[in-house]
Amino acid sequence: MTDYNFAYLDEQTKRMIRRAILKGIAVPGYQVPFASREMPMPYGWGTGGVQVTAACLVPEDKLKVIDQGADDTTNAVSIRRFFQRTANVAVTEATEEATVIQTRHRIPETPLTEGQILVYQVPIPEPLRFLEPRETETRKMHELEEYGLMHVKLYEDIARHGQIATSYAYPVKVEGRYVMDPSPIPKFDNPKLGQNPAIQLFGAGREQRIYALPPYTEVVSLDFDDHPFQPSKAAHDCDLCGAKDSYLDEVITDDAGGRMFVCSDTDFCAGRRAKGHTGRLGEAA
Amino acid sequence: MIRVENLSKSFTLHNQGSAVIPVMAGAHLSIQPGECVGLTGQSGSGKSTLMRMVWGNYLAAGGSIMVGQTDVATAEPRQIIALRRHTLGYVSQFLRVVPRVPTLDVVAEPLLALGSPLADARAKAADLLQRLNIPERLWPLSPTTFSGGEQQRVNIARGFAHAYPALLLDEPTASLDAANREVVLTLIEEAKARGAAILGIFHDEGARARVCDRLVDVTGFTPKVAA
Amino acid sequence: MTLHSTEFSQKIRDPDQPLLKVEGLTKRYGPRIGCLDVSFDLYPGEVLGIVGESGSGKSTLLSCLAGHQRADLGRIAYDGRDVLGMSETERRRLGRTDWAFVHQNPRDGLRMGVSAGGNVGERLMAVGARHYGDIRDKAQDWLGRVEIASDRIDDRPSAFSGGMQQRLQIARNLVTGPRLVFMDEPTGGLDVSVQARLLDLLRGLVRDLGLSVIIVTHDLAVVRLLAHRLMVMKSGRVVEQGLTDQVLDDPQHAYTQLLVSSVLQV
Repeated sequence: MTDYNFAYLDEQTKRMIRRAILKGIAVPGYQVPFASREMPMPYGWGTGGVQVTAACLVPEDKLKVIDQGADDTTNAVSIRRFFQRTANVAVTEATEEATVIQTRHRIPETPLTEGQILVYQVPIPEPLRFLEPRETETRKMHELEEYGLMHVKLYEDIARHGQIATSYAYPVKVEGRYVMDPSPIPKFDNPKLGQNPAIQLFGAGREQRIYALPPYTEVVSLDFDDHPFQPSKAAHDCDLCGAKDSYLDEVITDDAGGRMFVCSDTDFCAGRRAKGHTGRLGEAA
Repeated sequence: MIRVENLSKSFTLHNQGSAVIPVMAGAHLSIQPGECVGLTGQSGSGKSTLMRMVWGNYLAAGGSIMVGQTDVATAEPRQIIALRRHTLGYVSQFLRVVPRVPTLDVVAEPLLALGSPLADARAKAADLLQRLNIPERLWPLSPTTFSGGEQQRVNIARGFAHAYPALLLDEPTASLDAANREVVLTLIEEAKARGAAILGIFHDEGARARVCDRLVDVTGFTPKVAA
Repeated sequence: MTLHSTEFSQKIRDPDQPLLKVEGLTKRYGPRIGCLDVSFDLYPGEVLGIVGESGSGKSTLLSCLAGHQRADLGRIAYDGRDVLGMSETERRRLGRTDWAFVHQNPRDGLRMGVSAGGNVGERLMAVGARHYGDIRDKAQDWLGRVEIASDRIDDRPSAFSGGMQQRLQIARNLVTGPRLVFMDEPTGGLDVSVQARLLDLLRGLVRDLGLSVIIVTHDLAVVRLLAHRLMVMKSGRVVEQGLTDQVLDDPQHAYTQLLVSSVLQV
């Protein structure tokens, strides 16, 4: 395709976005405003992540796109094809082969390595938003590190449900400074945010914010002394590959209450089965 | 304990053509500990005005009002507040209280303000209410609903809760029956016995004769009309 | 639980040193005067009433004192510290720990979408409390002190009556043991019987906790019962100040005389 500039966005725009990314990396967890562009897809489909990916891509990159851990869902397929057409980059489903991974709602199970970039799609970047609707006030709270309100949310959880019921988009504190929304990843993934060798970038298109975690950043999930943070997952093994420690999707299989649990990370699951692991309902690939 | 010297007072009525009305000049008065002085004079002659100036809710135009070591005529508000808390008690003719507060706590309040434990303050209050024949079933109720005589007795109990070294009594026996009048006079005598200096207004001549050591006629402090 | 606020509240209080010292405070809105050249001292344990008609500048003065608005001129010293020269971080911190602000409308001072317990606990969490059980115990204790039944702790304030909301706002403000409380018409908009209950509660808290209070109101009956001292404002200026009963019983300024004589006698 020669009709588009490389990776769709013009070079000035990519430069503008890269500046925002660099600033975000310099101030981990801080939400950098940027001039988000109209993209040829609706808001909510990853316009923020797509712009960040576009600004990062070089022709040598190998791109992986996942949605809820899966490479083969509509959203993942469309975005992957978008960059194949506009940037003509190589694509892959293998986590370890990819140089840039755009994700919605998951961090891959396979540990990331130095040199990789993980781009998150973010719907609402402001972790304080649901408690304090005024943007002027939330900015002031970040500026002055007034984060008591974040614990009020967790307090309400315990008061109402007996435990911290927030199970995704679980707030974290970055390098002891900014409180950050890690995008709607399950809290099971929160421990992977910290000390990660890869660069993690977060793009919110509609809200026009970019933030970042440079490699090996300290990221702590907020909690109470007597109600410590606990990453959780369904108490099952993967029914296909038998993995005990991966995040699972529950799949309803019939109208009679039949269900199965499978790895949400399709690449991870396929990789295990290729190595001969099987679960309750699985068969060796 | 209480010493008034050369005290004068005038009212300026700004909303009535700024009329200046002199009401008192050259007032003198001195009360020793253990002494009770009664103010006399016709109604309107300035008994209440003088008493209010000693209490501090009327400003003096000139002169001094020493109560203990404090000159009420020139003291800062917070000095007067401290004086009223520790030294100077006042039984006025009107009961001013926060509605809804139980009678027992209304009486105990001066002690609580001094830092007494709640139980001690309430015990002292109960004792006084008992002596003043306020039925115990009324103690948990607010005195705002009481009859005039009952309110007056609650006011007296409140004024005698703390052993103030100086006391102002404005018609303490008015609207009381013989039995309660007797109780109040006994309270006054007890206060004198423990050394309180008392300034009082008594229309009740029998009461006046019984508790007052001296009388001061305030008519002598009325300013001579110059014009 | 270690709370930073304890270091404030346990500071030794010298009753002879003013807690708040205000000098020449002035705020203008363009050519209009908000408040002009206001000076006063407030001592520990003192309740200062500010009265005047609406538009007299009393609310402007209160918001300048509390740091919600910036004064144009003047000095405010709190416990010897220059308030107007402080960084915003310091001032807001003071606002969450040592100071409290009770709004006329409880909706302005409460989080309506957060439970009563969460409302009271917020200030604790804001100063670093991180033990859920302790926070809840403290919230429970304060709800009790303002006479809110313990089984309402998980209800939202939107389910409370106006009087309960106002009491909840007070509990939320006092939980960190402040020394200085600003109140803007705290009994306004409440039924008379509810008002009385609130006045009684405030009086008890002031006495037991040794609070210093600045209370703005147009209700002279409220200040007579609550305030030790009174400041009367008109057109942004303080026209008279003194002992509460002296100002009310023997007003010196023409405006105060008019104000006092305008009150309906009950």
